[in-house]
Amino acid sequence: MYTWIHKFGSPKHFYRIAGKVIPWTAAITVILFLYGLYGALITSPPDYQQGESARIMYIHVPAAWMSMFVYMILAVAGAIGLIWRIKIADVMAQASAPLGASFTVLALATGSLWGKPMWGTWWAWDARLTSELILLFLYLGYMGLTTAIEDKRTAARAGAILALVGVVNIPIIHYSVDWWNTLHQGATVTKFDKPSIHIDMLIPLLVMAVAFKLYYFTVVLVRARADVLFNERRSAWARDIVAKVKL
Amino acid sequence: MFRAFVAMFNRDILLAYRHRSELINPLLFFVIIISLFPLALGPESRVLSTIASGVVWVAALLAALLSLDAVFRSDFADGALEQIVLSPQPLTMLVFAKVLAHWCVTGVPLILMSPLLASMLHIKDAALGTLMLTLLLGTPVLSLVGSVGVALTVGLRRGGMLLSILVLPLYIPVLIFAAGAVNDAAAGLAVTAQLTFLGSMLMLAITLTPLAIAAALRVSLN
Repeated sequence: MYTWIHKFGSPKHFYRIAGKVIPWTAAITVILFLYGLYGALITSPPDYQQGESARIMYIHVPAAWMSMFVYMILAVAGAIGLIWRIKIADVMAQASAPLGASFTVLALATGSLWGKPMWGTWWAWDARLTSELILLFLYLGYMGLTTAIEDKRTAARAGAILALVGVVNIPIIHYSVDWWNTLHQGATVTKFDKPSIHIDMLIPLLVMAVAFKLYYFTVVLVRARADVLFNERRSAWARDIVAKVKL
Repeated sequence: MFRAFVAMFNRDILLAYRHRSELINPLLFFVIIISLFPLALGPESRVLSTIASGVVWVAALLAALLSLDAVFRSDFADGALEQIVLSPQPLTMLVFAKVLAHWCVTGVPLILMSPLLASMLHIKDAALGTLMLTLLLGTPVLSLVGSVGVALTVGLRRGGMLLSILVLPLYIPVLIFAAGAVNDAAAGLAVTAQLTFLGSMLMLAITLTPLAIAAALRVSLN
């Protein structure tokens, strides 16, 4: 088990194995996206209250899920990198951060596009919106810190500490924002209630969620591979690979 | 260990006392920020009293953040910080002493100053005690959490702006509960719940942040 981890955790093997995995995950991602979008846009029924505009849910909800999932990855990978000093964990964390931030922006943007016809406003200081915005700030802080430190190892470890502090804080922030909101404006904004979602809507939603997740894995592997190659540019195996590339 | 803690605390207090003029700056900043609000929003006392708690707390947040930058800066510049990290005493205790000393010289004056400024904003008398209590419970949390950010950015040349981006999102819970408590007190409601939350956040910060600060300093200094 441990030898396996160390083998896969070594940059050289990671580069090779990730290169083999990427085409598969990419292909499955495309298939799932096509199937999911077909289901989301064509076969699923329009919402009985919100009509066609509810279809943005198929992008919005997976993006919001991913925004939180990726932050967890950031923290877990950061902890692994801090404790066991596995280089790949550091690379994965840094490759994940911009993706997580983009998922957060996507969730906020689609939410606001949906909010205009539904709530009549682009933005409301609703608890969920506010938490998501704060999550975006946390991502940007992480990216700001890791790019400001030149040494890659130091940057990764500093970022890991920040991500862990953020993870301890996220539940506190989430509940305090919830509490703040209910304290101040109560039920002026009714949240997107989905009492027993219809099966024809649930399947595309779950397919889209899986598609988003695989998309993330594909892109993060591509990014991590590039980072690994750059970090290891002085080692023999990386030079071999670069030497083979014809420009 | 305890003696090392006390020695570190005394050293930082003494250092702060020798640089008295620098201590005034965060306080002045606090006062000026607060006095900008009536100028921007108009002197109407009804408006000011509704926003007073939020204004005082946001100003306290910013003042704490700006003053925090100094907590490790000069020790980092003259190399004392490396000696502290290398010392056989547990680093968590030493950084806790440093942060505590820093809070005593920047946080406490701010708390003492706040009733004056709050009454300039026509805050309700009933909320004044709560305001001071929330500041007493909340500003140590700000110092502790902020020190993690300072420890992470201390080696960087332009750390100041980055520090605020890192730390301000983490300050949000304190702001919500503290300002909420003061508003509720002004409305004549009970505020035990918020104060308990602030107290537990303080306990959590005291127990966990010294570990994070020590780890962050080790990362920044290697």
